[in-house]
Amino acid sequence: MKNILKIGWQTLRKPSAYYSLGALVIGGFIAGIIFWGGFNTALEATNTEEFCISCHEMENNVYEELKTTIHFSNRSGVRATCPDCHVPHKWTDKIARKMQASKEVWGMLFGTIDTREKFLAHRRQLAQNEWTRLKANDSLECRNCHNFDYMDFTEQSPRASKQHSTSLASGDKTCIDCHKGIAHELPDMKGVEGWD
Amino acid sequence: MNNFKNNLTSLLKKTLVLAVLFSPISAMAVESNEVATLRDQTSIDEQKTPNVIPKVDNKDIKQSRNYPMQPPVIPHSTRNYYINLNNNKCMSCHSRQQTEKSQAPMVSVTHYMDRDGNFLAEISPRRYFCNQCHVTQLDAKPLVENNFIDMHSLMKQKKADEK
Repeated sequence: MKNILKIGWQTLRKPSAYYSLGALVIGGFIAGIIFWGGFNTALEATNTEEFCISCHEMENNVYEELKTTIHFSNRSGVRATCPDCHVPHKWTDKIARKMQASKEVWGMLFGTIDTREKFLAHRRQLAQNEWTRLKANDSLECRNCHNFDYMDFTEQSPRASKQHSTSLASGDKTCIDCHKGIAHELPDMKGVEGWD
Repeated sequence: MNNFKNNLTSLLKKTLVLAVLFSPISAMAVESNEVATLRDQTSIDEQKTPNVIPKVDNKDIKQSRNYPMQPPVIPHSTRNYYINLNNNKCMSCHSRQQTEKSQAPMVSVTHYMDRDGNFLAEISPRRYFCNQCHVTQLDAKPLVENNFIDMHSLMKQKKADEK
């Protein structure tokens, strides 16, 4: 084993004896394009709703629940897909989230939530993960579409405009503090702030 | 035994006669059915064009009660407000603990009482399902005319008549 590593390292260190510098540079460049392009394509492919609901855990539970909400069907026909809310849009954050998602692949392989009963038993924990994430990044995924600077308070209901112009404006609260359970059903909310 | 058989035959005959007599009447009764339904007398083999769904009143302005014991109506939209085994969205504003923050009216104290009159710490299970009594209002014409007159107006009218 040690010998193999040694031979490999020596090969890498030695200058190329057979290939021209041009072939290596151009070859490396093309290989780079293929690798990077492939990586990005795979990243994009796993960032679609079709991919999310290709697992029955997602399709039969959370996707079914989303269908009844305003983020699925509404007057203007703009709809949010799974990654719009659950995957950060910025590249570095996205990669970080993708790495975390390897735990979800584990869960899928070992059937952590492969029945409705198991899913319901885990719902509080799963919801809590998302609440914590959105609270920590100041509801970034909400704000990708709902930009506070362009909210017209006069178009909102009196209650909404009052709360948005005070608590939200001052940064005291963030979207997720009040808007829980807007896209999926809620778990048992015992002990959650504002619910007991 | 024979007697019983005779009785039975005559009973059957009578029933048959009655059925023949009344069948045209019952058929007529079905045809002249004037009961207002949501289908608006659309025949059974036709698909009715659905009615326009009216908007839910969302003005947040309290409406008066038509009689003293009327459950107050909800002056705001309650879309996707779940009331189920896990939680009760209404109570996240209208419960005793939340009213200071939300400035929403607190549910009546009677809602904290069980049927024996004991006060509970939380809303009584028999009052848990808010929308059994409290409902949102739609911006729509009433389907049927309502000639209910409030007691107060009646008394006022009576006083005015006496003068």
